Amino acid sequence: MSDTPRYGLLAEFASADELLNAASRAGQAQHHYLIEAYSPFPIEGLDEALGHPPDHIPAFMLLGAILGGAGTFALEWYSAVFNYPINVGGRPTGSWPAFLPAAIEMTVLGAALLGVIAMLIGNGLPRLHHPLFGVAAFQRASTDRFFLLLRADDPRFDAQAAHEFLHALAPLTISEVPA
Amino acid sequence: MASVLHPDDTLPPVLAPGETYASVTEAVSAITLQRRFGKSWLAGFSVAVLLTLLLTFGIGWLLAFGVGIWGLNIPIAWGFAITNYVWWIAIGMGGTFISAALYLARKDWRTSLNRYAEAMTVFAVSVSGIFPVLHLGRPWFFYWLFPYPDVMNLWPQWRSSLEWDFFAILAYLMVSILYWYVGMLPDLATLRDQAQTLARARFYGFFALGWRGEARHWRRFETLSLLLAGLAVPLVFSVHSMVALDFSEGLVPGWHSTIFPPFFVAGALFSGFAMVLALGIPMRKWFHLEAYITERHLVNMAKMMLAAGLVVDYSYLAEIFNAFYSMDRYEIATTMNRIFGAYAWVFWGTILFNVLQIQLLWIPRVRANRAALLVISLGVLVGMWLERFMLIVTSLYRDFVPSSWGMFYPTFWDIAFLVGSVGLFFVLYLLFVRLGPVMSMFELRKLVRKRTAESSNPEAKPA
Repeated sequence: MSDTPRYGLLAEFASADELLNAASRAGQAQHHYLIEAYSPFPIEGLDEALGHPPDHIPAFMLLGAILGGAGTFALEWYSAVFNYPINVGGRPTGSWPAFLPAAIEMTVLGAALLGVIAMLIGNGLPRLHHPLFGVAAFQRASTDRFFLLLRADDPRFDAQAAHEFLHALAPLTISEVPA
Repeated sequence: MASVLHPDDTLPPVLAPGETYASVTEAVSAITLQRRFGKSWLAGFSVAVLLTLLLTFGIGWLLAFGVGIWGLNIPIAWGFAITNYVWWIAIGMGGTFISAALYLARKDWRTSLNRYAEAMTVFAVSVSGIFPVLHLGRPWFFYWLFPYPDVMNLWPQWRSSLEWDFFAILAYLMVSILYWYVGMLPDLATLRDQAQTLARARFYGFFALGWRGEARHWRRFETLSLLLAGLAVPLVFSVHSMVALDFSEGLVPGWHSTIFPPFFVAGALFSGFAMVLALGIPMRKWFHLEAYITERHLVNMAKMMLAAGLVVDYSYLAEIFNAFYSMDRYEIATTMNRIFGAYAWVFWGTILFNVLQIQLLWIPRVRANRAALLVISLGVLVGMWLERFMLIVTSLYRDFVPSSWGMFYPTFWDIAFLVGSVGLFFVLYLLFVRLGPVMSMFELRKLVRKRTAESSNPEAKPA
């Protein structure tokens, strides 16, 4: 095999079901663990077929909600009770029900912000260039083609075996992805 | 007989059989990438830009001479500006609700509507936010609403509904932008890959942030979309309730009522659905999207508009009933002034647009008639503006003592800010429909797969 550095081997499929089938075969085959699947829309079960661990988006959103809500409430409490208490006819300075509206809105904003940030960081975005964009066939990954990629930096990657494995799945094309 | 009992059975399906991944992608991306700037688009855009220039000039005039350029005075210190603010933010609510609530309810017919409805929300909320800031009197100090360590050692008044409103608008605008933009990432990637010129590929590639559609990316994306939709629905209700609290926290007869938050939310959804119809009906014709925004979509939207309208109508009744049931002489006087006073024409206009004309939507033939739907939804938008104007002005113009009674007469600048805000909205919206994906392509592709699976497996009954 050639010594040119490469990102991996890419197989192209025409339908979602073929990709699902290929992904579950690759997931079971045990001779790769750096497998990526690309599709033009989310496919239910694709993730499980590849054996990916669950994502952590909900945990980050909960954290954002707590930070936004409790943080705003604490700021209101601090400013109205400690930093600048105003005595209005003996009414309590810590009038917590009036502090809730701003805290609730910031709870939602905190959750949404941290959720989006967690999604972007988890997905390694923004990343404007990627080796896959060098493959002409991959342009259709956002329209009507489905791709399975075996990464070359996988310690168990063997070009010959990978080629044979992909070939057995009867894809439309197999391309080498340059690094 | 069945067709009489269920007239909707004759409607086309949400997505026609025979559509493929490529055909739905092509239909949407061609609008952005291949379609030439039409004459009607350019004409509309030019008018919108002129109106926006008028608004810009008006803002400059206001900064120079103050809010006195509007017809505001005591007793009516809230005129067009607050009416416009409530009207615009309410229109935004409908877009979020359609997108988020129908997503949670797994309704297929949301797929062609959610993107432009979300865009409408972002633009309507952006436009609405201008008005309370300009109405402050010294708009350049608007940041005093924000808690920050200032040299005066002062804090915002946390117990004020105006402060709550500031947080509500801030949260709503940012969450709407995030929800809209994140949902658009896969479609921006499609536009990047479909673009024929390098400049366009770079333009869309920049905004697509390098989206590739990997399985793990999709899962994080789906989890986030679901949770954001789940957050957006209560956010709609809370934000518009805060808008209503601006009124009901005040001790003014006609405002000081617990019915205001739910009443305002119903009105918000009502006007939002009307705007979705008013934008969608011309758009599907101009961009030839009849295959995706079908009769079924329009009929469903018309039904939702009618349902929201009936809740609004019920609120009108409940408000009048409560005024008399309370036996509070000021509440009764305000209600009588509303119905028979100097602004009776505003009240009866509201009744005409928001109560009477929408009853036509009970008739299936009216719901199926696009021209009628467009006229009714434009009427609802006018009616909702009149309703907000009525709530503000008729509660203020007869103050507690006759010596402080007064009338509100709009000036040239009041009108200029109203039409200018419409212009600004359309500048943003028309730019979006030219440059962005007007329908969610990846969700249409998902729907294609679902429909194909259903047709090849007749056991699975379509929803």
